[in-house]
Amino acid sequence: MIVATGNDLGSGDVIWWTGSGWSRHIGEAVDVGTDGEALIEREAAARRVNVAYLVEADATPDGPLPHHIKERIRASGPTVRADLAVNTDIPIVKA
Amino acid sequence: MADVITFHDDVASEEPAVSVDCFAGQTNATAVRIEPGEDARVLLPDLGRLSLVEVNFPAFGDGRGYSAARILREAGYKGELRAVGDVLADHIPLMRRCGFDSFAPRAPVDPAVLEATLARYPEVYQKVAESERPIWSLRHG
Amino acid sequence: MYVYDKYDQAMVDARVADFRDQTRRRLSGELTEEQFRPLRLMNGLYLQLHAYMLRVAIPYGTLSGRQMKMLAHIARKYDKDYGHFTTRQNIQYNWIKLEDAPDILADLASVEMHAIQTSGNCIRNISSDQYAGVAADEVADPRPWAELLRQWSSFHPEFSYLPRKFKICVIASAEDRAAMRLHDIGIELVERDGVIGAKVFAGGGMGRTPIVGPEIKDFVAEDEIISYVEACLRVYNRYGRRDNKYKARIKILVSELGVEEYKRQVEEEWAHMKTLGIDPPTAELDRIRAHFVDPAYETGLSDAIDRSDPDFALWVDSQVVAHKQPGYAIVNISLKPLAGIPGDASSAQIDLIADIAEKYSFDELRVTHAQNIVLASVKKADLYTIWQQLHDAGLGEANLDLVTDIIACPGLDYCSLANARSIPVAQKIAQRFADPVKQRDIGELKLKISGCINACGHHHAGHIGILGVDRKGTENYQLLLGGSGAEDASLGKIVGPGFDEDGIVDAVEKATDVYLAQRQTGERFLDTYRRIGMNPFKEAIYG
Repeated sequence: MIVATGNDLGSGDVIWWTGSGWSRHIGEAVDVGTDGEALIEREAAARRVNVAYLVEADATPDGPLPHHIKERIRASGPTVRADLAVNTDIPIVKA
Repeated sequence: MADVITFHDDVASEEPAVSVDCFAGQTNATAVRIEPGEDARVLLPDLGRLSLVEVNFPAFGDGRGYSAARILREAGYKGELRAVGDVLADHIPLMRRCGFDSFAPRAPVDPAVLEATLARYPEVYQKVAESERPIWSLRHG
Repeated sequence: MYVYDKYDQAMVDARVADFRDQTRRRLSGELTEEQFRPLRLMNGLYLQLHAYMLRVAIPYGTLSGRQMKMLAHIARKYDKDYGHFTTRQNIQYNWIKLEDAPDILADLASVEMHAIQTSGNCIRNISSDQYAGVAADEVADPRPWAELLRQWSSFHPEFSYLPRKFKICVIASAEDRAAMRLHDIGIELVERDGVIGAKVFAGGGMGRTPIVGPEIKDFVAEDEIISYVEACLRVYNRYGRRDNKYKARIKILVSELGVEEYKRQVEEEWAHMKTLGIDPPTAELDRIRAHFVDPAYETGLSDAIDRSDPDFALWVDSQVVAHKQPGYAIVNISLKPLAGIPGDASSAQIDLIADIAEKYSFDELRVTHAQNIVLASVKKADLYTIWQQLHDAGLGEANLDLVTDIIACPGLDYCSLANARSIPVAQKIAQRFADPVKQRDIGELKLKISGCINACGHHHAGHIGILGVDRKGTENYQLLLGGSGAEDASLGKIVGPGFDEDGIVDAVEKATDVYLAQRQTGERFLDTYRRIGMNPFKEAIYG
């Protein structure tokens, strides 16, 4: 699946496209299919997201799991500060 | 393209600027445009017949034009020195210090933003323009 | 240390208003991200892996207790209660909101601090020796020169859009404690016939193409250094490559032109620039120097240290360094606790260090490029009290320049440029070498980890260096040996194929085993490596 992500302009928080808006939790992210580029262009122009891009992910029961380790760390938080994690359920290193 | 913003004494020149290569061969040209990779010093022998030098900024991140401007002013060029292209209000104060006195930005510049930006810094740390009194000069009289 | 006059204060205040307006225009959409990005970078504000990151300037690594407390305040009020001290003597905050950034800059300006030009393709923070002003081997305090250059470089209109970032370092001793030779311009103050001047190096750097900077000028007088450096910058601005981001630093220009040709072009430009009246009068450097005189040292103090507490004695042996003034000492505070994150400090720890500086060190602190803190001038009689307070706050690690005093960039845990995590590797290595007896036996071993080729962890300059790479989506680590950022500057060489996280820790241990087996009396790890070469290490590690 393809998910859309970016940062909230004012706060800088990492956000994910849910189908109707932007959430800070990747678990709510939907597959944007082939419409991703148009979507992020529209949302960035309206400043509802900043520096948005598309991420390849696997669909899992717990939500999308990004393919690349950088995106998984981005979705979960710094691995060395579990107390600052946004989502500790995301496995960082692929099994 | 948006209008020309000018601080030049005379009215902004409307003379079409020729390229540096063409200028060398055209003894009656009085306006020339420098591209980022070109050496402003090739114009030094002919400064007397120039009334307009345009310096192109295709992308504002390419700052070679700032050096070109200073080189021309340091050599005594008194004509209109115009920054064209990717020029934002935020760049204009820096460009003025380097000697630019007119601007042809690709996109319109908000006059209120420009006015506020130009007035913002009370002093300068370096002597760049001939007329500048940098802070070290103010400190030691 | 330097104190702003009304002109300096007015400039940072104007910068705050400037950035406040730019932020307003970004939030309202008047500025696109592409237009805003260089403007926010010139105020040290990155968009990083998890949030905006703000890099605050600590000019040449020197700050007061009051300023340190403001750094703690910012961590508490605007961030998640901690900051990260960097390899360029600055501090970074990882969880900043753009909406708050103008207020943060205003808070900083209230204590004579800023984030000016800590990022962007412009002249960055001028770095210096963390022992400046108190080291016996310096010819003069280098920091007045650094302050002169700082002001000259601030908002310089010709050099705001360089091909790439530009880093300058000023030291004043033959011993290079600041990796001066690995800077775009490095200056060593030297004395000739009783006159202090600058020996200038240019084109050093790390990253993709590490180079030790060659000397370009034997001696520049103090009243000509500004025009000389300006000439160096102009040649770079005009001729530095703009076609390829990875070939845009001045080190590429110097090596492509050749040192002699670069020098010639600089001399030619300088001959012209000397006529323009851009050099400040010597009165200006004198004015700045007046801020850097010795504090009111007491005399007749005892040099004795009561070593009856063995933990204290270990700490003294590793962290305390000789001061030029009898009865005083230089104290290194380790920000490398074994289970911690290299260079990180909580707001409470930052406040404590500030208190100690105010009370015991003439209110002056330094940040080192090795991501530690220095108390410049402490009475030997006060060492024990200070150690107790540091120890209780988790700041009492006794590992200066030992294998667990690791320099590590934030890596993939924080940085969107990274290919691999660096902090977990640092933690595992520190754990493997936790035994203080073993650490001391190994002795000086400067281990540096970078999470990508940009080399913010200075891995090329590590006696042992580690470079994180992305191998088909998996983190992989290359081992380098034999680098040095000191006056004997050298670049580390890759040993062989990379390792996973556990593998690199084993490889490091095997390397130290080879050293312990082969060393001769008085040899550090680096010395043994230089004597016996790569092969014994290669054989031990790859079998």
